[in-house]
Amino acid sequence: MRSPSDSSRVESRRGDVVVQTAALTKVFGGLTAVDRLDFQVHRGEIAALIGPNGAGKTTVFNVVTGIYRPEAGSVLFQGRDITGWKAHRIVREGVARTFQNIRLFPNLTCLENVMAGMHCRTSAGVAAALLRTPKLLREEREIRAAAESRLAQVGLAGSADELARNIPYGRQRMLEVARALASGPHLLVLDEPSSGLNPRETEDLMSFIKAVIRDEHLTVLLIEHDMRVVMGISDWVTVMDGGRKIAEGPPARIYHDPVVIEAYLGGRK
Amino acid sequence: MTSRLPLLLRRIPLPLALLAFAAFPFAASDYLLDVAYFFGIYTLLGLSLNVVLGEVGLYDLGHAGFYAIGAYATAILNTQLHIPVLILLPVSFIAAGLFAFIVTSPIIHLRGDYLCIVTIGMGEIVRLALINNPLGLTGGPNGVYGIDTPTLGFLSIDTSFGYYWLVWIVVGIAVIALRRLQRSRIGRAWNYIREDETAAQTSGVNVRNHKLLAFVVGAGLAGAAGCLYASKLLVVSPESFTFWESCLMFSIVLIGGMGSVPGVIIGAAAVTLFPEVFRTFASYRMVFFGVAMILMMMFRPGGLWPRRRGGAEARDLLERLWRRRA
Repeated sequence: MRSPSDSSRVESRRGDVVVQTAALTKVFGGLTAVDRLDFQVHRGEIAALIGPNGAGKTTVFNVVTGIYRPEAGSVLFQGRDITGWKAHRIVREGVARTFQNIRLFPNLTCLENVMAGMHCRTSAGVAAALLRTPKLLREEREIRAAAESRLAQVGLAGSADELARNIPYGRQRMLEVARALASGPHLLVLDEPSSGLNPRETEDLMSFIKAVIRDEHLTVLLIEHDMRVVMGISDWVTVMDGGRKIAEGPPARIYHDPVVIEAYLGGRK
Repeated sequence: MTSRLPLLLRRIPLPLALLAFAAFPFAASDYLLDVAYFFGIYTLLGLSLNVVLGEVGLYDLGHAGFYAIGAYATAILNTQLHIPVLILLPVSFIAAGLFAFIVTSPIIHLRGDYLCIVTIGMGEIVRLALINNPLGLTGGPNGVYGIDTPTLGFLSIDTSFGYYWLVWIVVGIAVIALRRLQRSRIGRAWNYIREDETAAQTSGVNVRNHKLLAFVVGAGLAGAAGCLYASKLLVVSPESFTFWESCLMFSIVLIGGMGSVPGVIIGAAAVTLFPEVFRTFASYRMVFFGVAMILMMMFRPGGLWPRRRGGAEARDLLERLWRRRA
């Protein structure tokens, strides 16, 4: 199914490679959730990972962000092999993520939630904390100021002292994005950012993400079920089914790709 | 706005409490001072377990093991090498902290109930090891006796009055140190882990190191409490460090409210003062205690003085009273 138009693909993906997986494989018991997957995300683009339920999308995310260790294959991030690294090291390297079912720190305030993102950018130890050294106090002020400005950026400045579990779902999603951004990532990994949001909130979130990418030179990798969102926002789409990549390309082409349609709707016998 | 509680009145509870603590020993009998001494020891133990259980949410039901390590470190080093007890206070802290580092390193990745079971085992192994008199150091079931009273230069602490000050000054230092940790990125990281371990990890927190740190700090404080215990009783034996002690510490944290320093003090008061008050019903103590625990879980699952809300609630109450008066 290589059409002549494929040659234009190279031009449509400018920028160096931010993430590259090679033959990435993750096995759970007898199930191969991700099967020799190769895919790339280029700098400055919004790349989408789509596929039917159980295709292995979230597993790919969990491997890339260090929650799972892959059985085989590798993950390169900005040219560095991060395969099998612990999650907290990967965050420090510049990959931040959100979860499909929002994972906040429910009994802490919104401000404290966002401050979590700053953890890997600060270094005060036990001695500094006990002695309240000038360095620690300065660092604490910086953490607070940075977290406050991130909260304001997602429109939650007024909720800084509210507990995260007490704010509405749509705002919790924005809070999670703010926490991810607070770690100063190069790559933002969003697992179904629109799930549970109404169309209005989804639209707001998407235009927010677009603005952030533009202003902060980020790259985004997202999983998305809402096809309108995928087609509207992404520069590049990778389609998975049964743990494998079955197609990739710009959204307009993926939309009409018969292989993709079959994977979603089932084959016509 | 005019009915806002004046600043002076809002700030009063803490200095008032401190004043009461300072005035108490001048008015109290030796019996009350001794009760207050054990109240202090259990406050320290509660604070120590609170680091692990309250701040990080790790179920540790073997904390008496760390308490025992500190007590025996003091007892053995003092009786064998005649090192003064007060110098052994930091030594006991370090001994128990080091012990915690070694034994929890391989089990730190366990979650919830699994960790709980292993810590129970750890506590019991410490107790049984002490009974078996390794290297002839622990004196077996009889324990170690003949520990010196604490001396500070020419000042010797051998009255209930002196012991009272000793334990509460140590508690005061521990409270200040823990509050400072709470308000730093380390304390926040602990709370992130308690709230959601995976989210903490993917926000950049080194979960393993912070959990280990919590165990080391918590065990160290329990070890220091062990040193104070040994210096007061002048004898230590394995029967003082049973599983029941671990349960008591666990209750202190649950009764007071997880992660709350004032809560721990209230919890420690409940488990040490309550039995004294009900001494006449000695054999029914556990029944009362059990009923109290059940009622607590039903009506105040967050503890008597939960983190955050506690302070605010007390202030609200004061403010309402003030408004009514005005």
